Amino acid sequence: MDLQTLTYIVVGLTFALYFGIAIWARAGTTGEYYAAGRGVHPVANGMATAADWMSAASFISMAGLIAFQGYDASIFLMGWTGGYVLLALCLAPYLRKFGKFTVPDFIGDRYYSRTARIVAVICLIVASLTYVIGQMKGIGVAFSRFLDVDYATGLYAGMGIVFFYAVLGGMKGVTYTQIAQYCVLIFAYTVPAIFISLNLTNNPIPQLGFLSDTADGTPLLVKLDQTLVDLGFAEYTAQKGGTLNMMMYTLSLMMGTAGLPHVIIRFFTVPKVSDARSSAGWALFFIAILYTTAPAVGSMARLNLTNTIQMGEVGSVDGNLEYAARPDWFKNWENTGLLAFEDKNGDGRIQYYDDKNPEFAAKAESYGWKGNEMVKVDRDIMVLANPEIANLPNWVIALVAAGGLAAALSTAAGLLLAMSTAISHDLLKRTFMPDISEKNELMSARIAMAGAILVAGYLGLNPPGFAAQVVALAFGLAASSIFPALMMGIFSTRINNHGAVAGMLVGLVSTLVYIFAYKGWFFVAGTEMFANTPDNWFLGISPEAFGALGALLNVVTAFVVSSMTAPVPDDIRQIVEDIRVPKGAGSAQDH
Amino acid sequence: MAFRSDDDKKAYWRRNLNLMFTLLAIWALVSYGFGIVLRPLMDMIPVGGVGLGFWFAQQGSIYVFLAIVVIYAKKMRELDREFGVDDDE
Repeated sequence: MDLQTLTYIVVGLTFALYFGIAIWARAGTTGEYYAAGRGVHPVANGMATAADWMSAASFISMAGLIAFQGYDASIFLMGWTGGYVLLALCLAPYLRKFGKFTVPDFIGDRYYSRTARIVAVICLIVASLTYVIGQMKGIGVAFSRFLDVDYATGLYAGMGIVFFYAVLGGMKGVTYTQIAQYCVLIFAYTVPAIFISLNLTNNPIPQLGFLSDTADGTPLLVKLDQTLVDLGFAEYTAQKGGTLNMMMYTLSLMMGTAGLPHVIIRFFTVPKVSDARSSAGWALFFIAILYTTAPAVGSMARLNLTNTIQMGEVGSVDGNLEYAARPDWFKNWENTGLLAFEDKNGDGRIQYYDDKNPEFAAKAESYGWKGNEMVKVDRDIMVLANPEIANLPNWVIALVAAGGLAAALSTAAGLLLAMSTAISHDLLKRTFMPDISEKNELMSARIAMAGAILVAGYLGLNPPGFAAQVVALAFGLAASSIFPALMMGIFSTRINNHGAVAGMLVGLVSTLVYIFAYKGWFFVAGTEMFANTPDNWFLGISPEAFGALGALLNVVTAFVVSSMTAPVPDDIRQIVEDIRVPKGAGSAQDH
Repeated sequence: MAFRSDDDKKAYWRRNLNLMFTLLAIWALVSYGFGIVLRPLMDMIPVGGVGLGFWFAQQGSIYVFLAIVVIYAKKMRELDREFGVDDDE
């Protein structure tokens, strides 16, 4: 059977599964729509959280990021997992005890302030919307590359399926489809990794394989370092960025992870406080399977790619791959534009090296090389083309397509749900239309979801030029505004309404200004105030890493303003004391 | 509130915070410490041709994070029971 047909069958089967679950798990009440009736088993919620969290970026792009940045990409591995420690120890159990439906709900009630609630809703919508654009693009790209339909058609198909199960089933439908999607995506990620690890190191476990010896007895990472240095590239295992920046970046990602609303609301679905704690452990377990595999995939794929092109000794005439003799996968991915070759010295062979390294330039010249001829190597190729590079069977390639779609769909649904509940619950029910009936609130949640899907689809079709930049914005906002507000709301009884609002605004504005100053106001090219280079950064901290400093400014502001204004009323103190005790979470389900 | 006394309430919260801060110290040590700042030191112990610092940055810290979350959930369950504030129906 040819690859195309096989891919249609595998993707078709997974989609049929998602539809089936959607029909089975319809939501009948707002409690079911917002929090799946709080009846989700902690292991099931852990799995759903893992799918919710692991996006198209985690599945498709992260291994490639590691492949090209090596050690420096450790910030993503630690940052995107370490956030779960903060979530499990500092947020999830208390927010579950609080027993409401959304993140702005907690902020609005704890700080007894409509302004605080609205600021939280705005942060939530901006963070979620910027994040969802990437997922919509991922869906369109996966369809167009693997199923040979055009980008827009792929996007409509993705919108259609999310519409079906998210509008119908709300949190309940999303939860059970996410569980199915986790199974698909983790299988699709680990199977190629196991094969490649076996090929290169004879060890079937990728986590051990990337620390093992290759066929000639050299450890894989030593060999990779040597291969790269021979071609003028930076050593894979060496640190390239500043130490302070690495720490701040990691901290910002951790705080951002813990503060992203679509992840937090997943912990409202379990029955008890102790379940929220254990469920966070399960979520991290399911995430860790992919995150500990990713560095193995990254390093092995980089070695495979480099060795395919540089077949023999560096500098010898027949050491480089002949363009005419390139393998099939090379041709396939050239067609998609993710790989591009340009024969700069006209020798019909491919030279892939770092032509920006001045120390290597003389050597390259003596070999007769006239510049790096792999003019485009998209980092996404490291996961997408991996099965083909390693000569794996067609069904594995089809599986990767289904896995990429599962990752994008599950995250998109979680984000859309967070946005629609914030609109129907926080803006309508709690702010502008307090008398709305349960039935109408459920209806407005469904309409808000449909609206959010249309907006996300529009942005996916017409992605703003800054789409790649906005992920930093989502994490920066979550880290600097939402995360500190939640922490202070739980661990301090002194922060009052004015302090919280001032703190959130200072965190939000300082982070936005810092990002915009280096990346252009609202990401408009040419309006940046400073060139975005390490020399210009404040203390060497990159715009992506500023969220943690924004959080610090938030906390300082909140304490100062709170100490100068009226103290927290007694009934609010009582709420804080109450969420610190697990007992009675079951009875606080509805309000 | 289900506590037997006000002292109990304070003791419960203090022990929760102690556990939380101890575990957060380990969380920071393995990632920011072993994985980043102390990497040169840790790399003196070889692992897979590189060093323990590199391993902590790309693998070890994630395993420790998982252990931290599991330990917290288990210890807090014990603490809840001891103070009679657990949420078993």
